[in-house]
Amino acid sequence: MQLIFEQSVPGRQGFKMPVSDVPAKTQIADRYRRIKECAWPQVSELEVVRHFTKLSQLNFSVDSIFYPLGSCTMKYNPKFTEAVARLPGFADLHPLLAQLSDGESLAQGALKVLYDMDRFLSEITGMDDFTMQPLAGAHGELTGVMLIAAYHKAKGNKKKYIIIPDSAHGTNPASAATAGYDIISIPTKKDGTMDVEILKKKLNPDVAAVMLTCPDTLGIFNSDIDKIAEMVHNVDGLMYYDGANLNAILGRCRPGDLGFDVIHINLHKTFATPHGGGGPGAGPVGVKKRLSKYLPISRVVQRPNKTLFLDYDCPDSIGYTSSFYGNFAVILKAYAYILLLGKDGLTETSNHAVLNANYIMHRLKKYFTVPYERTCMHECVFSAAQQVEKGVHAIDIAKFLIDQGIHPPTVYFPMIVKEAMMVEPTETESKQAMDRFIDCMIKAADLAQRNPSMFKDLPITTPISRPDETKAARDVDCNFFFDTK
Amino acid sequence: MNPYIANTPEETQEMLRTVGAKSIDELFGDIKPHHRPKSFNIPDGKSEFEVVKYFKRLSAQNATSLIYFLGGGYYDHYVPAAVGALISRGEFLTAYTPYQPECSQGTLQALYEYQSAICTLTQMDVANASLYEGGTALYEAAMMAVRITGRNKIIMDGGVSPIYRKILKSYTTNLDIEFQETPVVHGQSDRAQIKKILDKKTAAVILQNPNFFGAIDDHSDIIDEAHRLGALVVESVYPVSLGILKTPGEMGADIVTGEGQSLGLPLNFGGPYLGFMATKKEFVRKMPGRIVGQTVDAQGRRCFVNTLQAREQHIRREKATSNICTNVASCAVQSLIFMCLLGKEGLKELAQLNLDKAEFARLTLEKIKGIEVKRSSPTFNEFTVDLKTDASRVVAAMLKRGYAAGFPLGRYYKGMENYLLVTVTEKRTKDEILDFAKNLEEVLCN
Amino acid sequence: MEVVKDYLYTKEHEWIDIEGTTATIGITEYAQSALGDVTFVELPKIDTEVEQFEQLASVESVKAASDIFSPMSGKVIEVNKALESDPPLLNKSCYEEGWIAKIAISDIEEKSNLMTAAEYRKFLEGLEE
Repeated sequence: MQLIFEQSVPGRQGFKMPVSDVPAKTQIADRYRRIKECAWPQVSELEVVRHFTKLSQLNFSVDSIFYPLGSCTMKYNPKFTEAVARLPGFADLHPLLAQLSDGESLAQGALKVLYDMDRFLSEITGMDDFTMQPLAGAHGELTGVMLIAAYHKAKGNKKKYIIIPDSAHGTNPASAATAGYDIISIPTKKDGTMDVEILKKKLNPDVAAVMLTCPDTLGIFNSDIDKIAEMVHNVDGLMYYDGANLNAILGRCRPGDLGFDVIHINLHKTFATPHGGGGPGAGPVGVKKRLSKYLPISRVVQRPNKTLFLDYDCPDSIGYTSSFYGNFAVILKAYAYILLLGKDGLTETSNHAVLNANYIMHRLKKYFTVPYERTCMHECVFSAAQQVEKGVHAIDIAKFLIDQGIHPPTVYFPMIVKEAMMVEPTETESKQAMDRFIDCMIKAADLAQRNPSMFKDLPITTPISRPDETKAARDVDCNFFFDTK
Repeated sequence: MNPYIANTPEETQEMLRTVGAKSIDELFGDIKPHHRPKSFNIPDGKSEFEVVKYFKRLSAQNATSLIYFLGGGYYDHYVPAAVGALISRGEFLTAYTPYQPECSQGTLQALYEYQSAICTLTQMDVANASLYEGGTALYEAAMMAVRITGRNKIIMDGGVSPIYRKILKSYTTNLDIEFQETPVVHGQSDRAQIKKILDKKTAAVILQNPNFFGAIDDHSDIIDEAHRLGALVVESVYPVSLGILKTPGEMGADIVTGEGQSLGLPLNFGGPYLGFMATKKEFVRKMPGRIVGQTVDAQGRRCFVNTLQAREQHIRREKATSNICTNVASCAVQSLIFMCLLGKEGLKELAQLNLDKAEFARLTLEKIKGIEVKRSSPTFNEFTVDLKTDASRVVAAMLKRGYAAGFPLGRYYKGMENYLLVTVTEKRTKDEILDFAKNLEEVLCN
Repeated sequence: MEVVKDYLYTKEHEWIDIEGTTATIGITEYAQSALGDVTFVELPKIDTEVEQFEQLASVESVKAASDIFSPMSGKVIEVNKALESDPPLLNKSCYEEGWIAKIAISDIEEKSNLMTAAEYRKFLEGLEE
């Protein structure tokens, strides 16, 4: 497809500017002026609309097809939440307004969204206080690790390490390292759980925290989680909960009750805000009381007369972690989702997320290797080990699914499973949609035995075939104008 | 009841039989009784109609008809309806990060176009596919400079947004980074001081144009001096101003970041916004965040993929260039739609309109007794005025009259309690500006 | 898997060819094949002091990034500039044209911590099991 820049025709413009009603053409001295013109395309509004409509149609999305991308919780995103976020009272509100004296009185509705979400998320996860500031899951992790560092610093603890299981998402070690910690990695046992014996050996007074998902990346809930928490607390380490997999346990258990001290939540996963092709997300962070005073500036606080204000007087805080109060519109959508579902709706969410994953696991375990065969939570992991013997890899099966009009599962993650395929159907998929996926997977397993060579050229139904990623990385071209600059 | 769950009780039973479980509870067997929630006090659910009604009421508790002269890095620009209509398409909104390029060419091509649009705007070689927002983007740029130079001293110009400066400080508290702040003299960078403390230990000089007080500058001389000593320069910019102002690329800056909210994103009470980042080709592998690259498919057709992924956390884990994973892809595409609607001529017109309106407001306010307009340097669409009285109280009085009169600088700068930062975008009409001046005069007289 | 007779080897699949007080360093056939198509090589700066088994360079392919450790301590005296413009050289000729850096060795005794070609071959056989 043509790039929008290739459609440019001098003289065309897609937007009518207001006619100036003030004396025109203020001059700025030449030395402050732009030299070379900006090359934004000259196209009509209709051309812009057609271009982006066509582009959008090249995407697979939850709105159009089954999207069982493991660890991403690609559930349906209710449309009414978009309508709520577009209300002018929210969309047109300037963030600095709430920082003017008396300005907060003109932002009480917005502040209530933030305040109520703090309360709701605290109740859902069993924590005491939340900050809405972190702008994505990884940003939440970094904020969480900074809170841990502040806690230890205040206690005079000199801690160097953060322990992370080898099955963890790559952001965990990256976030911990960004905050200045060294990483200790813990291997996974044959039954898929973290090796607690090795954890015991590695635990020492220099350990600042242990970062875990629960259920873990393999979709397994570790029944010993409270014992692990106790061990960690015994060396004055803190327990960090990566909320990526929260969709499995709503109403069933709460990280706070299990002994976790710090948690981040991905609102774009569990609370159904759209992923947007890779963001924006939102990664609120919750803590137990003893860490509350370190939460980022500012905090939304309620006065005795029930009005809300932004508290900037937080002397122990880790400071500003982003410019304002979080990805407000995302938080607003998640808030609307929680209000609509309520207590029972949230519990049902996890019930069906877990049932759906188990259903797929049981129907497919005859055809694909299940590295850790046990009841799973909201996602299940297969290995293409049997298919690899015929030369068919997980990525080939992924491409086969694309031709069937299904988005592939997450492949090659978790890294500890060879040829991993991680399936997360979510609660919003019907049995029929899952049956169709299962049929396609069975067909793939069958073809892998009978005709493995056919996979190499897949997909064939898409606008492009497999891209040359080596060329992309060797001859980096990420700017259309680079040569003409 | 959860309206987003499709399966009926009958289907649920059938699936349980397949799984070999008697009940859903059985599937949660690994969660032992002592793990159960101590409480779960969430209100009962409501209908969509009731929830929407609630939010209409709640949104009405926020200002809906204020006339904004408030900016400070976040601007009340008009967003054409086509932007919202296109970005709301489910195919963009409900896709995930384009890990499977064959079925994500829409997002990938759009991000490639976005990167190109940012490059030509800033006159830089390469851009990434977005970071969270302007403040965290500036932090990422500072860390990138530290990685490239292997040095750890950062010189921070006092004209950089105080919010951004606070963000950088929070993130580097536990790291071995030395900050030296330079003051602002007559509203501009203290170039003599910056050049004096620049040395061979300096990783980066961080500058902003226009700066937080609205002053515009040409930083070429500072950049030359930094390069002579092997240091890099990070420039934070306001994209709309680049319709007129000298670009960071033309000044020679090494890393450029900024807040992209003004490119077609609503104010949204602070987010989601758009952090953009661009740099020189030689630094592309040190740049954090996702990068979309052009390549060819097996048939030789042009296509787009996430590239240079070996820098990223999902491969490099603790050695990644940044911990960032999710960025703000849909905000980037949203801004691209805005940039395409405007086109190169529209950008110039928009920038000129902002400049002209602000100049008109500046001249109008200058005539008011008791207001001193700071004139030591040229400005774009923001300027600083001295009200000779506590600016925050004036702002509070103006709110009652329906105006967000500006940002009182005393909030972040000690000793500037009487100063107000006034912003004028293309949305302000001549009449609004005149009425604003009249009201301000009345408030000051009282 | 090709192993060059006179070189010494590390467990991280680097080789070193010692000539008097200087030595040439690269990665083995096993390493290049595990990485796949190399897309980028980050070379050390001249005059960098490296410790034995500390990071010297890094190599990227599409789906992997790998640190290259120096088999011995020393000071970098030359780097293979050809790899900057032609990273695939590392795949094509990992033992010759695809060398990474030359160092001035600071402690020749360290060589006892390395494997001979025969030992490395045995080590590789162990990995395949």
